[in-house]
Amino acid sequence: MSVLLDKNTRVICQGYTGKQGTFHSSAMIAYGTCFVGGVTPGKGGQTHLERPVFNTVADAVVQEGAEASVIFVPPRFAADAILEAADAGIKLIACITEGIPVLDMLKVKEGLSDKSCVLIGPNCPGIITPGEAKIGIMPGHIHLPGRVGVISRSGTLTYEAVDQLTQTGLGQSTCIGMGGDPIHGMDFIDALKLFEADAQTEGIVLIGEIGGADEEHAAEYIRQAVTKPVVAFIAGATAPKGKRMGHAGAIISGGKGTAEAKFAALEAAGVTVERNPTLLGKRMLELLS
Amino acid sequence: MNIHEYQAKAMLSEFALPVPRGRLALTVDEAVAATDELGGAIWVVKAQIHAGGRGKAGGVRLCWSKGEVRSAAEALLGSVLVTKQTGEAGKEVKRLYVEEGLNIASEFYLSLLVDRETEKVAFVVSPAGGMEIEEVAASSPEKILTLSVAGDQPSAYECTTIAAFLGLQGSQISACADLLTKLHRAFCQKDGSMLELNPLILTADGNLVALDAKFVADSNALYRHPELVALRDLDEEDPREVEASQFGLNYIALDGRIGCMVNGAGLAMATMDIIQLKGDKPANFLDVGGGVTVDSVCEAFKLLFSDDHVKAVLVNIFGGIVRCDVIANGLLEAIKTHPMRVPVVMRLVGTNEEEGRRLVKDAGLDVRWAADLDQAAEYAVAAARGE
Repeated sequence: MSVLLDKNTRVICQGYTGKQGTFHSSAMIAYGTCFVGGVTPGKGGQTHLERPVFNTVADAVVQEGAEASVIFVPPRFAADAILEAADAGIKLIACITEGIPVLDMLKVKEGLSDKSCVLIGPNCPGIITPGEAKIGIMPGHIHLPGRVGVISRSGTLTYEAVDQLTQTGLGQSTCIGMGGDPIHGMDFIDALKLFEADAQTEGIVLIGEIGGADEEHAAEYIRQAVTKPVVAFIAGATAPKGKRMGHAGAIISGGKGTAEAKFAALEAAGVTVERNPTLLGKRMLELLS
Repeated sequence: MNIHEYQAKAMLSEFALPVPRGRLALTVDEAVAATDELGGAIWVVKAQIHAGGRGKAGGVRLCWSKGEVRSAAEALLGSVLVTKQTGEAGKEVKRLYVEEGLNIASEFYLSLLVDRETEKVAFVVSPAGGMEIEEVAASSPEKILTLSVAGDQPSAYECTTIAAFLGLQGSQISACADLLTKLHRAFCQKDGSMLELNPLILTADGNLVALDAKFVADSNALYRHPELVALRDLDEEDPREVEASQFGLNYIALDGRIGCMVNGAGLAMATMDIIQLKGDKPANFLDVGGGVTVDSVCEAFKLLFSDDHVKAVLVNIFGGIVRCDVIANGLLEAIKTHPMRVPVVMRLVGTNEEEGRRLVKDAGLDVRWAADLDQAAEYAVAAARGE
């Protein structure tokens, strides 16, 4: 078992024939993902990476039974691409694109409110079920099929945690990068729910960042509904106030969203809080031994 | 992206929102001339810098005569204003805004922002205007109302709720509704991430006026607002941050002494955190991003090597999209003009790591290699101490 994604999930890419789309689609195919084609408007009917290109997502759904889509469309068209995927009936959408205007994302969230699809991102590395399939830009080789679910707001910091879980031999069930934007799809609670219900997942690593209150909400949910051990790290304890630390969502404003407040909330919920980002794998190994 | 108060007010005027009449002044004479153009008997001379807290720092002067305007302008232009938001270094005042003085009956706080919880555009209002909203939130949270706008524009009842919360009466309620609707339109059409009126005032003759205005545009939406890009004032930004941004680098200057170069914002923050955990402080946040080139990495190293505060450099790369050989080549390029004057600790893992390490070793560079992030932080902290 795993969550959301396995070796049978039929995946397409929006922005398929572009530079990013081509590079990462090749890597997804090489990883063994059930990758059935892609979408680039105006290039429908062509073949790319030995797979069909479609003009619309709807065509890919009808002709190839696409269930999941990874989006590499440039920021000004990405919000529309998410809505297109949702309208076409795609169930799992991972939007990698960084730099989508926040007001566009408000429209996306409204548009998705009556849909049953799951959106991951935007501005995220995507999702991977090690040994089965990956949808996104993470380096596949650092992963190991295993026992721990990973949910994170960060990209490369997730790789750091994944690497530690691989080194300790614990491996990962599924890793989800929810992205660094203030308005995003799947959040910690959605992922915690899935990991709690998943038989393969024995423990959960949660990686947060300064800004917003997602971690505080996650802490409350963990206190109420999560029985599996959780190890958490929050990046940005040393970040100055009012400065956006790379990610649009990573900003301490009005004294809210500090790492300390998040650490405290998680600790109070019984989470194993680790302030050293290099010890996450070790902590989880102790908890699962 | 921030813009100046006078620019924000001009933008509000385009949406027929009430702002005081005012003139931009770059010289003392222009400030004095503005009094003739504006007329009246009271003027306010306001320093234009991208930071709040100007009033308390002496950057806003109420003047009762032309002579007072002249001396206020002389005192402010070229002076360095240190406010709660500028940091100790302060900001040099290069522009003034001279406004007509208004008779204030009440002051309110009003802002618009994107509420992450409701995923809507929201108004934040308080009858306690003119004060720092963080202080109001801490001391009397019941005086703050946050209202998310459910539809495409504020509804009549949403407007009335806000007007009533502010204690407005009679015809002021419909005037407030008109103001809220226009503010919401301005915020959405201009892709704001924050629009703040502190204070919004009720004048003695019963009119609502935006006495102060701060607007922050969503940087991601600037491609559709060339008119806002034109308002960017590079004087207000850290020159190193401006330089870095031209190379696609995400750089923020901090006050420590360990220079950092990392790929990814989360890992960059975590690297700063672990430096602190090991007992030292980072000199900067630097995320080289996913689209690195030899040129951008070279520029990043130059930034670090030319910063006098930096006593050691920590390179932490977990290469996925980023290739370690590109990082190495960037370093080799940088040292042609900027010698390695401080110890460099490198942790290079991921895509093309062997090639990256080989390039640095073959060039005979004295770099200390770390096996993981923990060790890298320890080495960097020790190096900064001169060990």
